[in-house]
Amino acid sequence: MTSARPWLLSAPALVIFAVMLLTPLVMTAVLSFNSFDFYGGIKPTFGFQNYADVLSDSYFYEIFLRTFLIALATTVIAALIGTPQAYFLLRMHPFWRSLMILVVLGPLLISVVVRTLGWAILLGNNGVINDALRSIGLIERPLKMMYTSGGIVLALVHVMVPFMILAVWAALQRQDPATEKAAESLGARPATVFRRIVLPQAMPGILSGSLIVFSLSASAFATPAILGGRRVKVVSTTVYDEFLNTLNWPLGAAIAVILLVSVLAIMVAWNKLVEKRFAGVFE
Amino acid sequence: MAILELRDLTKRFGETVAVDRFTLSVEKGEFVSLLGPSGCGKTTTLQMIAGFETPSGGAIHLNGRDLAKIPARSRGLGIVFQTYALFPHMTVEENVGFGLEMRKVPAAERKKRIAATLDLVHLSHLSGRYPRQMSGGQRQRVALARALVIEPELLLLDEPLSNLDAKLREEMQLELRRIQQEAGVTTLLVTHDQSEAMALSDRIAVMQGGRLVQEATPFDAYDRPTNGFVSSFLGKSNAIDAHVESVGADGTVLRCGDLRLNGPAHGEAAGPVLISLRPERIEFCGEGDGVVAGRVTERIFLGDQWLFKVDTSLGEILVMRRNSGRREPDVGETVHLAWQAEHLRILAVETAA
Repeated sequence: MTSARPWLLSAPALVIFAVMLLTPLVMTAVLSFNSFDFYGGIKPTFGFQNYADVLSDSYFYEIFLRTFLIALATTVIAALIGTPQAYFLLRMHPFWRSLMILVVLGPLLISVVVRTLGWAILLGNNGVINDALRSIGLIERPLKMMYTSGGIVLALVHVMVPFMILAVWAALQRQDPATEKAAESLGARPATVFRRIVLPQAMPGILSGSLIVFSLSASAFATPAILGGRRVKVVSTTVYDEFLNTLNWPLGAAIAVILLVSVLAIMVAWNKLVEKRFAGVFE
Repeated sequence: MAILELRDLTKRFGETVAVDRFTLSVEKGEFVSLLGPSGCGKTTTLQMIAGFETPSGGAIHLNGRDLAKIPARSRGLGIVFQTYALFPHMTVEENVGFGLEMRKVPAAERKKRIAATLDLVHLSHLSGRYPRQMSGGQRQRVALARALVIEPELLLLDEPLSNLDAKLREEMQLELRRIQQEAGVTTLLVTHDQSEAMALSDRIAVMQGGRLVQEATPFDAYDRPTNGFVSSFLGKSNAIDAHVESVGADGTVLRCGDLRLNGPAHGEAAGPVLISLRPERIEFCGEGDGVVAGRVTERIFLGDQWLFKVDTSLGEILVMRRNSGRREPDVGETVHLAWQAEHLRILAVETAA
């Protein structure tokens, strides 16, 4: 009797997972093995044709490479910004800290579409930034920021930094503040204390933060769709086009599955690597 | 020669005075304890010596140098923190070597000194472990080794044993004393545990409300407390309110209710005083020889000792008897208490602080 209780209690969550997550995932996976032609539509056959198509076409390689580079750049920049900021948050006066956490979480309170359109206004050829630079005479021709990977990274970092800060902050809160004093008493300068003592102890947070940021960035849709458009395609916008423009659902499903599997593989490998390197911090 | 000198050291946090004109000097090689209840300013004092807090007034001199302008990292002190504060991502060897690395000691010498210090704390066999793989007592030793390896002029211990269980704490006390003497390092211990302070130190500085109330050897502080606070904080004590009735050449006569007590010679000529009497100096005796009679209200067996609470006309009196295997009075029995006049301590009544 008692052994059934945990299952019973987690049943609502399990049902939601099964219906909302597992079912569409399995259906997408099944769909990716079907075939498609322009006159007959989707055929319930079974084969690896779609995967072979994707993996043999340099067009898709380019899109995958771009997607992962954008996700990687976003993760690195978010970590570079988020880690010091989390450290400052930790050392702030409690009043300012709660205020600053609100500021950090601010971007998450605004719809991603609205936020990205805001970036479009800023980054456009006749956008606020280019207009300002031109009117003070720094540039003559507008800097191209819309429809570039750089623009996408910029907007993604803005969305993702809060996740990084919260993850690192949680890790830093677990560290014993006396370790910093101990290092100082042993002769370490503030920069050394940060690099040798604080940073390694923040590693679990940086790891979990970068896992979140990387996977969200690699599968982000709204930001690359608005700021990249048709010219700078990433995997998720490609999947969208296959489903809704070409109507080749099986090919779209295959691309989606490849994205899922490769992101998973990258995350597991990264996790292993960091845990091995910083064995002492992970309990 | 005094190696550490604190002169009128003061620390204010806003309106509150945490440390109030604290003066103390520590000789080379000496083991001194700052003892007091929590909030007495002992930890703040240590933080100021370490350089983590800036004094509001007074001076700290270490080996003749004024520490005021010297940052914590350049003071060269060895500090053992209450939480040990080991670096969790470094092995024992890396933890101990960190201070040497900061001092740019060449690798070969570093290795030698790490090995020697780990040997001193009996941890050579665990040098490759991470802190989380070790017990509390072992972590404590690592923390000690890390502080000692830099050969500090002064070792600061911040409640180093408070996170250990009772049995281990006793073992570590002996161990700490051995290591301190072997290393010959001048040591300042901060603790609220009176038995720890008495067991370890050459000298105890008792603090109360940010002030130094007594500075003495453990024996003197216990045996000749300067006020009621010290006598009740160091060990168990019976505090009895009394009046000085007359002072003679060979003693003082005290009046306590309708009882007359004889005490040792004392400066106060008259007025209210506080008598302190240690429970282990009181004996049970026959009816005629007793100073005061009472009824046993409680009897607690402590293994090597018996602790009695006796209800007398002087109030509740604690009596401590060594367990010598004899039959001891039961609860409810009437007993007669006696003590030698010289064991009474006559203290000034503390004015309300």
